[in-house]
Amino acid sequence: MPFIIPDFLPALPEMVLLGALCVVLVADLFVSDERRVVTYWLAMAALLATIVAVFQASPEARQLTFSGSYVSDSLSTVLKFASTLCLGLVFVYSRDYLMREGLRKGEFYLLSLFGLLGIFVMISANSLLTLYLGLEMLSLSLYALVAFDRDSKLCAEAAMKYFVLGAIASGTFLYGVSLIYGVTGTIQLDGLSAALIMRGSDDIALWFGLAFLVVGIAFKFGAVPFHMWLPDVYQGARTPITLYLGSLSKIASFALAARILIDGLPALHEQWHQMLMVLAILSLALGNIVAIAQTNIKRMLAYSTISHVGFILLGFFAGSSEGYQAALFYTLTYAFTAAGAFGVVVLISRTGADAEDLTDFRGLAMRSPWFAAMMACFMLGMAGIPPWVGFWAKLHVIQAVLDAGRLAGDASVIYTGVAITMVVFSVIGAFYYLRVLKYMYFDDATDEHPVVAAADMRLALSANGLAVLGFGIAPGGLLALCAFVIG
Amino acid sequence: MTLQNILSLLIWLPILGGVLVLLIGDGGDATSARAGAMRWFALGVSLLIAVLSIPLYTGFDTATASMQFVERVPWVERFNVFYYLGVDGLSAPLILLTTFITPLVVIAGWRVIEKRSAQYFAAFLILEGLMIGVFTALDAMLFYVFWEAMLVPMFLIIGIWGGERRIYATIKFFLYTFLGSVFMLVSLIYLYTKSGSYDLLAFHDLSIGMSAQTLIFLSFLAAFAVKVPMWPVHTWLPDAHVEAPTGGSVVLAAIMLKMGGYGFVRLSLPITPDASGSLSMLMIGLSLVGVVYIGFVALVQTDMKKLIAYSSIAHMGFVTLGLFLYWPIIAHGGGDAGASLGVTGAMVQMISHGVVSGAMFLCVGVVYDRMHSRAIADYGGVVNTMPKFAAFMVLFAMANAGLPGTSGFVGEFMVILAAFKSQFWIAFLAATTLILGASYTLWMVKRVLFGDVANDRVAALTDINGREFLVLGILAVAVLAIGIWPQPLVEMMQTSVDALVEHIGRSKL
Repeated sequence: MPFIIPDFLPALPEMVLLGALCVVLVADLFVSDERRVVTYWLAMAALLATIVAVFQASPEARQLTFSGSYVSDSLSTVLKFASTLCLGLVFVYSRDYLMREGLRKGEFYLLSLFGLLGIFVMISANSLLTLYLGLEMLSLSLYALVAFDRDSKLCAEAAMKYFVLGAIASGTFLYGVSLIYGVTGTIQLDGLSAALIMRGSDDIALWFGLAFLVVGIAFKFGAVPFHMWLPDVYQGARTPITLYLGSLSKIASFALAARILIDGLPALHEQWHQMLMVLAILSLALGNIVAIAQTNIKRMLAYSTISHVGFILLGFFAGSSEGYQAALFYTLTYAFTAAGAFGVVVLISRTGADAEDLTDFRGLAMRSPWFAAMMACFMLGMAGIPPWVGFWAKLHVIQAVLDAGRLAGDASVIYTGVAITMVVFSVIGAFYYLRVLKYMYFDDATDEHPVVAAADMRLALSANGLAVLGFGIAPGGLLALCAFVIG
Repeated sequence: MTLQNILSLLIWLPILGGVLVLLIGDGGDATSARAGAMRWFALGVSLLIAVLSIPLYTGFDTATASMQFVERVPWVERFNVFYYLGVDGLSAPLILLTTFITPLVVIAGWRVIEKRSAQYFAAFLILEGLMIGVFTALDAMLFYVFWEAMLVPMFLIIGIWGGERRIYATIKFFLYTFLGSVFMLVSLIYLYTKSGSYDLLAFHDLSIGMSAQTLIFLSFLAAFAVKVPMWPVHTWLPDAHVEAPTGGSVVLAAIMLKMGGYGFVRLSLPITPDASGSLSMLMIGLSLVGVVYIGFVALVQTDMKKLIAYSSIAHMGFVTLGLFLYWPIIAHGGGDAGASLGVTGAMVQMISHGVVSGAMFLCVGVVYDRMHSRAIADYGGVVNTMPKFAAFMVLFAMANAGLPGTSGFVGEFMVILAAFKSQFWIAFLAATTLILGASYTLWMVKRVLFGDVANDRVAALTDINGREFLVLGILAVAVLAIGIWPQPLVEMMQTSVDALVEHIGRSKL
């Protein structure tokens, strides 16, 4: 077989990111702790260059490269853009916090950028092994990030849990890959989907392989019953890391699920859609109910994440292109809403103590009415109250599920039941989001000082909050984009 | 002036005004000049809206039942959602009620609100825009967005400026109404998957099977029965009313409850007429329980606001009764004319109750501001120290009891009259309200206003000032005007009511 030089252009964003990352890595060696902010600006420049590259490389049509194991399409452009933007928000929100807390290590930026590279690889993967590669690159960066504050016992515990469970999930995933490869003889997603159409999907080994892959996806998403790590890690990690986990990680998980389920295994829809239904209903129920009992805001948001994962999975469950669009729309809007919410948590944490307790939000409306209003936007957005964007996300999913039910004949009652389960748990969920509003607006402040924030942070947070409201008032463009990407 | 975008103006001007007030704020001091300016600004906006809504009456064509002042532009093309507004005889009176009540609420809160006053007025302005949005939306999704968004300002109004148990009351209010409306959302999406759009008028003509109709009707019922509220899902209302600040209670009673009734005439009856018919006796039964049982409950209340809250539930029972009388009337040969009498009665009752209950809550607010007590036992002989106030309160109490010549009489009388065309027992039970309503209202008035001066605090009361006199005076004029000459109001809604009655009569199976 002659050696063909692959087309590198579709992987331009990854190459730019990697190059910029190396520059940051070397430059950071020459920066003293006091002037660590230089690394921050370099990292931001790296993100900017990456965004330019993402747009430069955005393809007219679907492009494959590296012997078909790498894909560049409009979905990858959108997801890469969103995750880069999200990381930009993470950096802006956490800069002052890290400076204040004495965590002035350049590694934060480096590991975050490495994680982003992993996310990129997952987004553009067209083979199960490429996916695995990206997944591990992201996961290893995250394990290190969670343990970032090395003197904190809580961080170490969280990182240990995350690492051990994550390793098991990776192993499960790989085992699934090997089974699928054994049956079909290919790991390329395109080839896989074609092979399954050829030979049919009636094969028990194939279903086993699928089940292991779904476990891997569920673990990354944090869907019940593979959610055990999530609350502990969210709570144990320092808040900027939680911010990373809560927003960017979701985009990565979506990419993982979309590539495997939509690109690779659409022929097995009958099998995986039942698995996803069970996972999703359990996530909705457990996430929403347990979140009510939490007094720690990070833990509460962790359980709320679990419930949102239920919604995203139900988008896949619908199994139609409308359902996938709904899942994409939900993931994108949720990632930015969560980024904003954790951004506020980072913001109001005091020196030496993270804003752990819900009671830390007491009287925020009196201390800083604007930030309280932004937090209210994030909470109402998550609760799915119109006109905030979360409403359209939920509507889209419910609509896709009911629409799939209409075509399902006798099984339509299941779909209706699922839709009703979704709305009932949304109401239960609304309770704990409203409780945050209650602390901010109805209670008196224990600490009268207004919250201080740098100008760029104020600007980013305001833009983020207004976007959650603005895309709710005019969701048309974003919906059309999702429809275009998953046609 | 162009009438083209009048509805959009009515919705967005108050919302923009409210946002502006919110952004400028009162600088943390309700007595500052900035807070004063914000008050005047809020009053100005609400008065402007009241003036702008006049063309809705003068330019209204009473000869047609089709939608007027229509605006229709695409909003979310992906889902075929339109920004589709329009009014007919069913919604126009309710919009006028909204624009009429809001300035009064602003004036009523003038000096009373001592903390975060700018936010208070902003919340009411935004609320006004959203409520008008609910009454004008002809696209189901637009309707739903306004319907839900409205909960947020009300949640804050009760939670920030309410009484002692405000947090319990406001969360209960929010979750109760939210739970009701999400079921409606599922039904609306189901209708969308059937018809391909969210156009409410298209839903009216959609033929739906009986079992689907029943489920849709029940889900609508979950949303609207909570809002009206009907027995047995009324329990959020006494809590919310009692804990809300006066302005909040007024808006709740005068306008928000009407959304439940409006939902029945705009969605339930025309979209699911057959299911409404098969469940009409259930609805009538629940309404009568509301009228009779809640009437007795009101009788034993010791808290003035709670008493009026329960009387609201009883009065709203008349609204649902009048709407669902259609089927027994037709069954007993009453014909469309009889049925239309019931529906018109229900609509008039909504408007009248809006004015009367608003006035009653304002009266309680007047004495509460002075005594900081709502307990009937703390009062007695108020007429000796507040004669002008007592005159107003007696008038509104009479209207609440349904005295002829006041607005309260017209709607109740029409519904009872229609009920006699159906079955005697329905009419009999409905008519007990004339006794019960008089009992609980007049007994309260007697205990609060008349007799000897009960204690030193009552003796120290000062009569109403010019601001309060103005508000109560305007309401008194409205109560008498509707009571003596309801013709313009009835004329405005008649054509639409007839069209609705005719539409209900056509099976959609």
